Amino acid sequence: MRESGIFGILAASGAFSILVTAAIIGVLFGESYHFFSMPEVTLSDFFLDTHWSPLSEDKRFGIWALVSGTMVVTVVAMAVALPLGLVTAIYLSEYAPRRVRDILKPTLEVLAGIPTVVYGYFALRFITPKLQLLDSSIPIYNALSAGIAVGILCLPIVTSLTEDALRAVPRSLREGAYGLGGTRFDVSLKIVVPAALSGIISAFLLAIARAIGETMIVALAAGLRPQVVLDPRNEVQTMTGYMVQVIGGDVSNFGVEYYSLYAVAATLFVITFSLTVVGEVIRRRFREVYS
Amino acid sequence: MSNTIIHDPERRRAAARSTSGRRLLNKLFAGFSLAIALLSVLVLMVLLAAIVKSGAKHLDLSFLSSDPNTEPEKAGIRIALIGTVLVCGMCALFTLPLGVATAIFLDEYRPRNPFMRKLHSFVQLNISNLAGVPSVVYGILGLTAFVYMFGLFGKLDDPAFEIGVSHYYQFVNDEGLAVLVPIEGQQAERPELVDGMTAYLPSGKSVKLNLVPASGPWPDDKPTLRRTLSPKSKGGYLGKKSWYYLRLPLGRSVLAGALTLSLVVLPIQIIAAQEALRGVPSSLREGAYGLGATQWQAIRKVTLPSAVPGIMTGSIIAMSRAIGEAAPVMMISGAVLMSHAPGNLMADFTVMPLQIYEWTSRPNAEFHDVAATGIMVLLLVLLSFNAVAVVIRQKLRTPLS
Repeated sequence: MRESGIFGILAASGAFSILVTAAIIGVLFGESYHFFSMPEVTLSDFFLDTHWSPLSEDKRFGIWALVSGTMVVTVVAMAVALPLGLVTAIYLSEYAPRRVRDILKPTLEVLAGIPTVVYGYFALRFITPKLQLLDSSIPIYNALSAGIAVGILCLPIVTSLTEDALRAVPRSLREGAYGLGGTRFDVSLKIVVPAALSGIISAFLLAIARAIGETMIVALAAGLRPQVVLDPRNEVQTMTGYMVQVIGGDVSNFGVEYYSLYAVAATLFVITFSLTVVGEVIRRRFREVYS
Repeated sequence: MSNTIIHDPERRRAAARSTSGRRLLNKLFAGFSLAIALLSVLVLMVLLAAIVKSGAKHLDLSFLSSDPNTEPEKAGIRIALIGTVLVCGMCALFTLPLGVATAIFLDEYRPRNPFMRKLHSFVQLNISNLAGVPSVVYGILGLTAFVYMFGLFGKLDDPAFEIGVSHYYQFVNDEGLAVLVPIEGQQAERPELVDGMTAYLPSGKSVKLNLVPASGPWPDDKPTLRRTLSPKSKGGYLGKKSWYYLRLPLGRSVLAGALTLSLVVLPIQIIAAQEALRGVPSSLREGAYGLGATQWQAIRKVTLPSAVPGIMTGSIIAMSRAIGEAAPVMMISGAVLMSHAPGNLMADFTVMPLQIYEWTSRPNAEFHDVAATGIMVLLLVLLSFNAVAVVIRQKLRTPLS
């Protein structure tokens, strides 16, 4: 009797997590529906317009301005995190002697545990001035330094997930390749990496999702100007940066500004959720089974 | 391969070239990847050096005990520290039981029939996805669900339910002294002043109101003056809240922030607890079953105690994340300037990362240095937290089989 009672409690806990997902979807899309049913907003504007200015006099609601800002920062971040993370992971998994490992692993753990505000501070106060030394035309708020900081943030994630994927490749494959006369480089890049490819791609996708969802770094360093530009040296605003801007202002009137928050959050959620799900599916479905 | 004898000179030369070429490439790559790997160490050191260089000058005990101030010299992190302790403490209270219970459900009670199994893997997939949701989205969810509570319990300034609060209309008489008159609720209108009605002094003492005409004369002696008002006296709403003040909707409160943060770290806690439970060798469980234990008895007496170090480690990781999160808290509390520490669970609050953000986003560069000091405090807190975790992990580590 007691057993089933206990099971009921535990099952309720399991159900709670489903409730949370349902709540996220319900709240985001429900309030976004409210947003889209406001007179100033049309669906075609949202998806086709390239200007975003709900907080100013001339209200325009094109989401591309914010999405473009997010993408520029993310591309810079991935340009930093993916190559460096992959190489570091290969080194850790295939080359590293014990002593170097004992320095590297804790370092990466510390980097992963540093709160994002700290990276935002670092971007604003250290990276931006150094960039301005190289190119004096770079404004204080720019996507480049924010992107670099986001990249540093994502580096431990890429490294650890990629290293897991590389380590999952069985020793027998490696030893077969060594037996055929391969160097470590041959074995790593021609055998192990292709074998672990699904895990590596999954790691990359999760890192991209993390970069897209990053808030504090871009709020501090990227800027407040939503614009569709390709050059990361410009000031941009990301989806998350806009959300910070709205909540910092006066939202008690529950007007179109308040509801725009939900529409942007819904867009953000759809993008990151798709990336996470696709990453998970790739990891499970294309995982090479060796035993 | 270099030991194999190749007799054809053409092939021998080709083999020698390709081998030495590949060996060189290998050496180059080894050096290159080591350099890249050490780049992370370099970045960490540069990061910490930049912070210490800016922040060290303000770091002293008065920084920990002062409140945020308009002057950078005098600013301190006390309020944010208290806020962090309160919010993260409550967050742990919510997250730990719920996370461990879900982990037990997922790992120990594996269903047999195919429908439940599908449900089971759905819940598992769901948790992995929740771990990838950006924390701002949790902040938005918390805003709607905990702060405004979907509008089900009235508005923020007209709550549907309150305990632990006394509502007053605070009048100020011509001498600048305050007299409090009790009223119904926050939305009640200015009360009618009647001579002899019960009123309160700011100290809490109950007095009889002395009403004088609008033109005067005002009494001379202090005790009577303290309880005197005229019909023209002006005032405003004042709510006196005790430490157990509770209201629905929760509003921008410590409790709402704690609940939101627990949503953020719950997936991490669940996954970590699952890893801990999986680490318990099944021989222990099977021994318990063999001795006649039911499933729950086996969990409670055998599996769970063995998994405690791992669960604790997971808790520490989850709480470290919670301490450092600013975005969801910002959605809940708004980017406000706090002048006093939260006195009850419904009060406005701020946390350390949010305070650091606030300082960093000011145009005055002096405050950036104060932000660096705040970062040092935050990092020290996280460091000591994790050090405690490592120590506990070492102490509790007993061989399990």
